[in-house]
Amino acid sequence: MRKSGFLASVLAVALLIGVNLLNAAEPIKIGTFLTVTGPASFLGDPELKTLQMAVEDINAKGGLNGRQVELVHYDTGGNAREALNFVKRLIRRDNIDLIVGGTTSGDTLAAIPEVEKAGIPLLSLAGAVEIIEPVRKWVFKVAHTDRMAAAKIFGDLRKRNLSKIALITGDGGFDKSGRTQILKLASEYGTTLVADESYGNKDTDMTTQLTKIRATDAQAIINFGFGQAPAIVTKNIKQLGIDLPVYQSHGVASQTFIDLAGDAAEGVRLPAAALVVAEQLPDTDPQKPILLAYKKAYETKYGPVSTFGGHAYDGMMIAIEAIKRAGSVDKAQVRDEIEKTQGFIGTAGVFNMTPEDHMGLNLDAFKMVEIHNGAWKIVE
Amino acid sequence: MLEQIFQFLVTGVTVGSIYALVGLGFALIYNASDVVNFAQGEFVMLGAMNAIALLAAGLPLPLAAIAAVLLTALVGLLLERLAIEPAKGASVITTIIITIGAAIFLRGVASLLWGKNSLPLPAFSGDEPIQLGGATLLPQSLWVLGGTIVLVALVHAFFNRTLLGKALLACSFNRTAAQLVGINVQVMLRLAYGLSAGLGAIAGILVAPITFSSYEAGIMLGLKGFSAAIVGGIGNPMGAVAGGLLLGMLEALGAGLISSGYKDAIAFIFVLMVLFFEPTGLFGHKAAERV
Repeated sequence: MRKSGFLASVLAVALLIGVNLLNAAEPIKIGTFLTVTGPASFLGDPELKTLQMAVEDINAKGGLNGRQVELVHYDTGGNAREALNFVKRLIRRDNIDLIVGGTTSGDTLAAIPEVEKAGIPLLSLAGAVEIIEPVRKWVFKVAHTDRMAAAKIFGDLRKRNLSKIALITGDGGFDKSGRTQILKLASEYGTTLVADESYGNKDTDMTTQLTKIRATDAQAIINFGFGQAPAIVTKNIKQLGIDLPVYQSHGVASQTFIDLAGDAAEGVRLPAAALVVAEQLPDTDPQKPILLAYKKAYETKYGPVSTFGGHAYDGMMIAIEAIKRAGSVDKAQVRDEIEKTQGFIGTAGVFNMTPEDHMGLNLDAFKMVEIHNGAWKIVE
Repeated sequence: MLEQIFQFLVTGVTVGSIYALVGLGFALIYNASDVVNFAQGEFVMLGAMNAIALLAAGLPLPLAAIAAVLLTALVGLLLERLAIEPAKGASVITTIIITIGAAIFLRGVASLLWGKNSLPLPAFSGDEPIQLGGATLLPQSLWVLGGTIVLVALVHAFFNRTLLGKALLACSFNRTAAQLVGINVQVMLRLAYGLSAGLGAIAGILVAPITFSSYEAGIMLGLKGFSAAIVGGIGNPMGAVAGGLLLGMLEALGAGLISSGYKDAIAFIFVLMVLFFEPTGLFGHKAAERV
């Protein structure tokens, strides 16, 4: 009896020491839930790689506030319900200090109520404006909104005096949200919509819809989507001999689009983050060194960069800066510091967050680019 | 308006021949074992991805295409040997579930090998559209159409004119009887999977310049090809072609004349109607139910 009591107390002491040792070395835990598999995997894949690269880099440099950083990741597969489950797990079981993620708007929106309830700062990598409108205490986002993309396109249309537009969009969440923004902004910019066609994102031919557009008096075509469908639309436009200016969204701002659409991509314009035209920026541009550094680091390790990975870089860096300024991982303090992010130069643009604006990017963050000889060219 | 409808029809044929070409691949394995091979779409994807990879490795296009077909046929053989054969004697449903598992596995391997982006394959004879009345179509569509015709003729001849084809059919009618008359059912099954994979690979290579390819391209193509095959009557190569063209036309005319939003709904309602009134498909065997 006495012997086992002694043993128990020894064990308890050992356990206590163990726990204390663990505490001293306990890393800062950054949680993330991304779409690394499934249809949106080409977004989540570079995002995860970027986050892993950033964490390795920080730890190699001695960590953050003297502590190592640990990334806890779950793959949602683009399923919003899974996203919610994983966020619950991140908060309750993994005890993360902060979340960088949601790849897609659907995943992020599903996670928001849980994050708000638990009071964990979240930096979303998704596009939809609904994530930050209305402003939520704990939720921030670092990717451009679809409204900005639409506004940028309409600005360019106005410059070219084009007022009758044909819209063609896919059936995905990104496509639909983009369509809504375009419909909203069209009248504001004095343009009329003469066609509003749709297609399935896995369709292999859109000539039917484009034949209908050809029969209208449209002066320009806007296609809002991502993945391979916009490339097929672009090829079909050329096949049908439709000679109108074509606008794509920031969803296709990657070399993949040019590779897929080939010659048909010539002259296509789209709003894109500065990352795709990093080399062409003037040396005075404050973003240029950041962009080139990220690009080099990513490309030596994994291959061609994408703007989506860039969003992950921005999210992680804003989080790290905020934790540094806060001097701790106290969630309320870190949240306040994220909100105070001013003049942070990221890959997506210069971030100036305020209590009213939890993204902090303005229209200058987008460059209007045109595809010229199979490469991007800034046209403004 | 007439010109528009003509373009819709041309589009319908283009899309329909893609479905037909993929749908054709279901016939072989079905005829040998009554199993619907849900990895058929993955064979199509593997053919395209292999060709793209070999082309990128420096092989000329014709050589890359042939090598890709052979490689994919080998995958089909291995699949039969490693996944289907160990489950010898299992029910048809079990085997179908194995093929679903194989499809997921092949997709996963493809995503590891070639990444998650869509990849292009250059068109065989350029991208300059051909004018046809008021409508246009791509030269690659003619390749797809031509390929469909040639392959249908070959598959049809295989089942009706060659001993091997007839032996294959015999396996599905009655496995024991086939064995008794000296047909090696095991070898026949391997052959069916190998040929089927090769056929899928040819389809994948022919359509890739139009549809692109990615590790998950097989899901959609497989599904549409399967729809084409069951509309036409699974197991009948001619049926797959008829079913594919019908589906393509319906989609194009539905999108063009009614609304592009209802395109898939129209096609699926049609498939359901066919299955409801003609459960064996439009051109399926009207053979009596085997007990």
